[in-house]
Amino acid sequence: MATGTVLLFATIGEIFAERAGVLNLGLEGMMLIGAMSAFSVTVATGNGWLGLIVAMVAASALSLLHGVVTIHFQADQVVSGLALTFLGTGLSLVIGEGLNKAGAISLLPTLSLPVLSAIPILGPILFTKQSVMVYVGYLLVPIAWFYINRTRPGLHLRAVGENPTAADAMGLNVYRLRYSYVMVGGALAGLAGGTISLAISPGWFSELTTGGMGWIAVGLVIFAQWNPWRAAFGGYAFGALRRTILDIQGPQTLLGLRNPFFFNPYFGFFLQMLPYAFTIAVLIIGSREALRKRLGAPAALGLPYVRGERGH
Amino acid sequence: MTRTESAAVRPARRIRLPFVVRIEPRLEVPRWLSPVISIGAIVVALLLGALVLALVGGDPVRAYAHIAGAAFGSLGVFSDTLVKATPLIMTGLACSIAFQMKLWNIGAEGQFYMGALGASIVVLAGMVRADTPRAITIAVMLVAGILFGAGWGLVPGWLKARLRVNEIITTLMLNYIAVALVNYFIFGVWSEGGFQMTRTFQRAAWLPRLSDLAEQFPVFRGLTTHFGLVFAVVAAIIVWYILYRSLWGYEIRLIGDNPRAAEYAGIKITRNTVLVMMLSGGIAGLAGMSEIAGVVHRLQASISPGFGFTGIIIAWLAKLNPLIVIPVSILFGGLILAGREIQPAGVPRLIQGIILFMLIASEVLLRYRVRLARRA
Repeated sequence: MATGTVLLFATIGEIFAERAGVLNLGLEGMMLIGAMSAFSVTVATGNGWLGLIVAMVAASALSLLHGVVTIHFQADQVVSGLALTFLGTGLSLVIGEGLNKAGAISLLPTLSLPVLSAIPILGPILFTKQSVMVYVGYLLVPIAWFYINRTRPGLHLRAVGENPTAADAMGLNVYRLRYSYVMVGGALAGLAGGTISLAISPGWFSELTTGGMGWIAVGLVIFAQWNPWRAAFGGYAFGALRRTILDIQGPQTLLGLRNPFFFNPYFGFFLQMLPYAFTIAVLIIGSREALRKRLGAPAALGLPYVRGERGH
Repeated sequence: MTRTESAAVRPARRIRLPFVVRIEPRLEVPRWLSPVISIGAIVVALLLGALVLALVGGDPVRAYAHIAGAAFGSLGVFSDTLVKATPLIMTGLACSIAFQMKLWNIGAEGQFYMGALGASIVVLAGMVRADTPRAITIAVMLVAGILFGAGWGLVPGWLKARLRVNEIITTLMLNYIAVALVNYFIFGVWSEGGFQMTRTFQRAAWLPRLSDLAEQFPVFRGLTTHFGLVFAVVAAIIVWYILYRSLWGYEIRLIGDNPRAAEYAGIKITRNTVLVMMLSGGIAGLAGMSEIAGVVHRLQASISPGFGFTGIIIAWLAKLNPLIVIPVSILFGGLILAGREIQPAGVPRLIQGIILFMLIASEVLLRYRVRLARRA
């Protein structure tokens, strides 16, 4: 559940940004900044919550840079996102130098929900001894869905991403809305990073902390078809996959046979490939479905909006 | 926020100053402007990098002086810079040709690893005998490297062309898969005495170096520049010819500029997507082959300090022009060479990120001009 939660935060953040028409490929960089700043602030103050807040602020400040370059200067969103990844990775490595020796910190608490954990089967999996952040994740999904699809600001968000010219004519400030949602996306990516370093694999090591999860999240957005519920499904499926990969290498026998992953640890490298191969598989499924149902990305995704110019 | 926000967008917005700042769209772009702005962007980026270094408690002047000295200070280190530039030229080319078609091949890193793996299989699986002449050994390794890289580019190319699967994500995921695959081979199959590397290749699988000519030309003594540089320069010329002097290159650029027009003109986008991804992957694979045959002479972990990713920046900085890729790569080769000794380790990546940001941000100056005029 925990890894799934990280992916969930990042994916939903990216859904917000992309629904507003801004593709932000810098998730990986923003998550690293989030992970590094959450850990360092927690080491310094002993307060994990403060760490999370700083992580969100830092990552959304970084995303603001992407916003200025793409919204304002109309630069290519793909290249800018890549630049953000380099910048975020480099910055977190530079500032986080030596943090890996900082030692243990008090992590975010884990808790079991009193009534719900008593539900058979589901209770022990979903509601027993989970990190607080997992529950935040449970809440985020319906909230994000309700906000995007059932509220007036959510309608505006979609308008800006589908048809900015019309949204502008409606009296919406396209630029301000796009900036806001890019920063929301950044904050959630920071939260995702902070969740890694404070709850899942505590500590700060290097760019391996995120291990490509930011990119997997970008892929999940496409699979999710910009819908938070599908994002949750994808995120938790990935979490389960990672868990399975860890578990499968432990026992000596597997389904009554000699476990090849136990006796030849080098086969583990093939297990390591699975999340990435699975991402590709998920994308193939997602795009086939999209072709069939004629579903697509927000119409103005990736396109800069220039006031006074004819729409695309 | 609203004021700065709309400044670049609304022409001639007035600000309360004794003069007026006008921002107006450019109707034509002078030829000299683009390189001047690019160089300006790099200078600003280096200054910003210095600022960040100073903020985290480093000494930027010493760091930059160190980079310059350690990269271009003498013939010996310049030769090492060229060694680093060699794979960068090829990954930069790989990215340039794909980006010309607006195909976002972020997978040069993985294709590099696959090229290295392909070349190693030739040597280590005994496909050429140890006493085969050097020219043949290297030719077989070359072909294997290109084929493996091209194969690694074929997968995302085909998925993109047939199923419209986003190539950015697939190429990236294939990077991780390629690294894990190479790790399997060097840890599990070809491990030399438990170390994370294979045995050293026989001499016939080494690319000739300048220092091999030291008998005839004493100047070359100790110079590590290897024959891969020739591959890189030849590849640059070929890619340049394809892009700017051949019908195929015209098709590639037209698809990149305006895919709909290209489709109406009868250009097969599907086929070109696959072919360009294969060519791009093949060049990146060649880089991997040249790196292990020219530098490390074995397959080992972390053969690339991010050559594939730096290739993206190089391609962008060179405005996707294959011939400009060469000097830009030499510059970045110096940065990587010197960066190895700089602590903390993230500094080169940080500076690369800032450079790329400044570069794309500065492009707004190509579209708009800023003018100061007296208030009437």
